[in-house]
Amino acid sequence: MSEIQNTTNHADLAEVFNNDEARVDWHDETLWWIRSKRDVAVNKISNWEVLRETASQIKHNVLSNLSSYLQQFENNAMTNGIIVHWAADAKEHNQIVLSILKKHSIGQMVKSKSMLTEECHLNDFLEANGIDVIDSDLGERIVQLAKEMPSHIVLPCIHKKKEEIGELFHQHLGTPAGNADPQFLTETARQHLRDTFLTRRAALTGVNFAIAETGEFVVCTNEGNADMGAHLADVHIASMGIEKIIPERKHLGVFLRLLTRSATGQPITTYSSHFKRPNKGKEMHIIIVDNGRSIQLGREDFRNSLKCIRCGACMNTCPVYRRSGGHSYHSAISGPIGSILAPNLDMEKYADLPFASTLCGSCTNVCPVKIDIHQQLYKWRQVIVKNGYVPAAKKASMQIMDWTLSSPTAYHTAGKAGRFVLKYAPFMVSNKLNPWYKHRDMPEPPKESFGEWYKKNRK
Amino acid sequence: MTSREKILSAVKTNQPDLATLPDVDFLLQEEVDVAEKFIASLTAIGGQVIAVENHAAIKAFIAENYAQPSRKITTVSELEDIAEYVEDNSANPHSLENVDYAIIEADLAVAENGAIWVSEDKIRIRVLPFITQHLAVIVSQKDIVPTMHYAYNKIGSTDYGFATFIAGPSKTADIEQSLVLGAHGSRSMTIFLMS
Repeated sequence: MSEIQNTTNHADLAEVFNNDEARVDWHDETLWWIRSKRDVAVNKISNWEVLRETASQIKHNVLSNLSSYLQQFENNAMTNGIIVHWAADAKEHNQIVLSILKKHSIGQMVKSKSMLTEECHLNDFLEANGIDVIDSDLGERIVQLAKEMPSHIVLPCIHKKKEEIGELFHQHLGTPAGNADPQFLTETARQHLRDTFLTRRAALTGVNFAIAETGEFVVCTNEGNADMGAHLADVHIASMGIEKIIPERKHLGVFLRLLTRSATGQPITTYSSHFKRPNKGKEMHIIIVDNGRSIQLGREDFRNSLKCIRCGACMNTCPVYRRSGGHSYHSAISGPIGSILAPNLDMEKYADLPFASTLCGSCTNVCPVKIDIHQQLYKWRQVIVKNGYVPAAKKASMQIMDWTLSSPTAYHTAGKAGRFVLKYAPFMVSNKLNPWYKHRDMPEPPKESFGEWYKKNRK
Repeated sequence: MTSREKILSAVKTNQPDLATLPDVDFLLQEEVDVAEKFIASLTAIGGQVIAVENHAAIKAFIAENYAQPSRKITTVSELEDIAEYVEDNSANPHSLENVDYAIIEADLAVAENGAIWVSEDKIRIRVLPFITQHLAVIVSQKDIVPTMHYAYNKIGSTDYGFATFIAGPSKTADIEQSLVLGAHGSRSMTIFLMS
């Protein structure tokens, strides 16, 4: 059993975020607005619940037959002329990307959104190896200029105010100081990145879906950045986790209907591009990455987390995420889904995340593939405590609780003291020194305990 | 053991018992006025629909609205007198960097979301519908299907090297959720809906 002195934990990081209350309110309201747009879009689909259930079942089949599907996908992709690589972990993935670039003597690469490469810290690795990487999704470009991680998987710079973005563009792209007009800033990025697209010989994209039946993969964007990069480059590298497989092309009908309605309330992304064969004279690579996913597949209670299609709906709806910000989760994928994926990768480092939830279940209700997110958060808590990965303070208070609950005298005395304090001196507990109060309101104390009431009334 | 073998064997060991793959064909049951729904969906995402009867009407519309000198490109042979005609995929994609207006033909369109589907043989050069400043797409009214399920039903096992759904102009809302049309792809999308 190890004692954990967590220096980066969700509660501490959230406290920093919460210093600026006006910003917290703004963040909260913006995400709730997106959640509301999701509701409007979803309510227009008469058989939404049937779609969710179907998607969940398709994914269940995928997980139960994944080894065959992966081989079928590999076979078909290779027949299509795509070069397939396998990476056991982040390090191997990054090495493969580097070796492809080196083979072609390429020193600059353009990248569209890929949470997997965030998980693998690819940019840092490539930069350390002398490769210049430019993120082409506007939100990702903004956080890259700010030297930050995305704070949301779909909306990477949702935590940033337009004035801060204007200042970043002023510093890095030479726009006039003080100009924070979204239209103007987007146009600037368009002009700037167009030149990038035209001059990069290698482009890396993520993968939303990989189809076993045909060996093709689908990449969804609103900006068109994945296509601009991939079609103008000589080498296209697509990175995918093993769980991105779906059995047949027709299943895309189900997933593409669910994805953006859940994410932003749009009926579909502007572009849903199906890559099946490299263009003549060009190279297309797929890197299939495990990085802990096969272990999660073996955890019966948590394997459903691999059904995730990365829509971000669980983040937009989460009362804790909305008020603590994505960076508080100190993991590439934040929010409720990130909190059940991260402990699989490093239980000690991410022991705090399953506790960053009220277990209200809203995430589970909006999940388009019906992952039981809040139940998994609850189950992770048991696993983490059993493995001893709890902060010392929480452990000590749990031990006191254990002693109190196992001694009737101590229990009654503690109950009386508690009710007395809450009634006559609430400031004793409702203050910033009480970590419990910091995260929760203290309850109204009852006049007497049930035990006391029973003694009086049983005659 | 290679990483491939390692991953596949770990997956095989850890995957649960085989669960049946559900049928999805039952989702093919949507009764809507597809043309009306398509127009409403596309308009809602920032596209515009122009009803036309023939190619002459398209030429008239372009002459009236895009008269200024600009580089226009088409993959539709009927329009080769008003735009550069791209016959095959031999051109270098980089040579399209200054295209202002591209006119292509769709294989099908989807009413529920305003998306059109084009495969490589329709766009000839993969980057064309993305790199052009403005995109125009000819859609035959009879090719509109109600939902994505119908779209994939129609696509079936068609072979292509590349194909894509395009729904409206490129856009982003990454800066404070303010919607801006014209991110990296086309700034506008016009559908010529042919009866």
